[in-house]
Amino acid sequence: MESPLLLKRLFRVSVLLLILLIAAVFFGISIGSTGSGISETLTTLFSGPEATDPMRHTIIWQVRFPRVILAILVGAALSLGGLVFQALLRNPLAEPYILGISSGSGIGAIIGILAGLPRFPGVSATAFAGSMGTLLLLFVMSSGQTLLKKDTLLLSGVMVNAFCAALITFLMSITQDSRLHNILFWLMGDLSAADLSQVGIVAIALIPCFVLLFALSNSMNLLLMGRELAQTMGLNIKAATLTLLVATSFMVSLTVSFCGPVGFVGLVMPHVLRLAFGPDHRVLVPACIFGGGAYMVLCDLLARTLPDQGEMPAGVITAMIGVPLFILLLKRSG
Amino acid sequence: MMKNVINARQLSYSYGHLRGLEDVSFSVQQGDFFIIIGPNGSGKTTLLKCISGILRPRTGRLEILGAAVQAYSRKSLARSIALVPQTAPVDFPFTVTEVVLMGRSPHLGILGVEHQQDLERARQAMDFTGVASLAHRRLDQLSGGERQRVMIARAICQGPRIILLDEPTASLDLAHQVRVMDLMERLRHEKKVTILMSSHDINLAALYGNRLMLLKEGHVVSIGPPAEVLTFQTLEAAYGCPLLVDKSPLGDFQRVTLVPQKFIDPAIKAGIRRP
Repeated sequence: MESPLLLKRLFRVSVLLLILLIAAVFFGISIGSTGSGISETLTTLFSGPEATDPMRHTIIWQVRFPRVILAILVGAALSLGGLVFQALLRNPLAEPYILGISSGSGIGAIIGILAGLPRFPGVSATAFAGSMGTLLLLFVMSSGQTLLKKDTLLLSGVMVNAFCAALITFLMSITQDSRLHNILFWLMGDLSAADLSQVGIVAIALIPCFVLLFALSNSMNLLLMGRELAQTMGLNIKAATLTLLVATSFMVSLTVSFCGPVGFVGLVMPHVLRLAFGPDHRVLVPACIFGGGAYMVLCDLLARTLPDQGEMPAGVITAMIGVPLFILLLKRSG
Repeated sequence: MMKNVINARQLSYSYGHLRGLEDVSFSVQQGDFFIIIGPNGSGKTTLLKCISGILRPRTGRLEILGAAVQAYSRKSLARSIALVPQTAPVDFPFTVTEVVLMGRSPHLGILGVEHQQDLERARQAMDFTGVASLAHRRLDQLSGGERQRVMIARAICQGPRIILLDEPTASLDLAHQVRVMDLMERLRHEKKVTILMSSHDINLAALYGNRLMLLKEGHVVSIGPPAEVLTFQTLEAAYGCPLLVDKSPLGDFQRVTLVPQKFIDPAIKAGIRRP
């Protein structure tokens, strides 16, 4: 018996999940309220605009395509967010949404939106400030160490979330504003606002973070051996921790500023992928990018197509899948 | 003249106001089985953390293989010194092979991409500690003794000149204690690795260590071969409880026995414990 070398494993997992992702993308752009069939989608995709119904062409390329790409990026970023926090805190229940970091950047984003800032860089910057503030609050509350304990972590997260929810309601109450309805929808995590130029901005900002996290994937493996043992294996723990925290908070804040706080993706995907491919982060980081992307595309597809009229926020679907898993994990680790 | 692999001069370390180490000086020679003993809070673990580069001594000089510890990068120090922690990390479902292979990290690039020769070294290390048959099992599904031998294989796989062990037998049953200690002795003889260990078990220290250091409240009480360190006077000074010291039936080794309150008078009468 020989354990396969990393590159071989990486290749196999990536190909498998890429196929899944491509399939998800195909369904994502084929299915919708205008109900174009699969063969029609194929002709639209592979022939020029003059060969097909221009209406269908516009729906696929201008409406669904950007939305699907945004879903991939958001799903990848949130899955990685969960993966990184689970490694940093050595706690399988950690996730940006559960920790309250998403709510923190939510507050920042709402302040930015109410102040009339553009999504990027304005709202993204206030969201980033919000998430860093929450992180700081979490570390002060827990003095760093106790976050490793499950109950302390969860309690801290519940408190931060409660505080943020109150602050958000407070902000919305004092600013009776026509933008209110949009914010309520956005608060549940919603991908409907995508257009191609915005998606381009998100991609340019997120893809370097993905590369950076892949470069740090072996450091995350070492971190799981415990901070002290990791140091004795040559890891510069302060630099690695700081880079991981800042990169992850940046990714999460960016997705929050565009789509609101979408919860539990960072819990579901790392767990499912760890179960399938083992705990090696050098495999899990690319797996989270492709698999998390595919998962978010499918969740958003459900959110678009389940209601007879209109649509629901994608965060509703991810929470309905994520919360039962969370309870299961909590019970099992109890 | 044997070479000093570790040379410590007047090391001090404090945790805020709490004193961890105070003026600790000692040297460890190549091929030593050096065991640090002492009561809880005497500074054993702090000292191991200083040597492995986790903590930075506040004052004093610490040389590893002839160079000051500050002169090493984390990675280069990791190529010379490996640590076996008290308990194995089992929060995440790594397999035995994955854990042992992580020991190669200080020799590899940032992604730690391992090559055939690294796999070969991991296999040799697992063979050496007798965990090769567990290679594909998950660490969190093994017994305490098996986990400890996996962590030792990981340390060996790191290819160090010095292996530090933090109370490796503390949570093991008797058979596993002997197995782990025998393993370290074989490692010392066959691979010429210097062993530095902290231990609660004075009797194991007497049977395996060639040099011991007795600490109390961060100070060195005594240092030298077991026969010099394990005397009634030094042990009572360090532990503050009556202990009986005699020879082990196994040979010229000290044997230390706890003396419960009810046996103190008979022990004095028997003349074994000088008042």
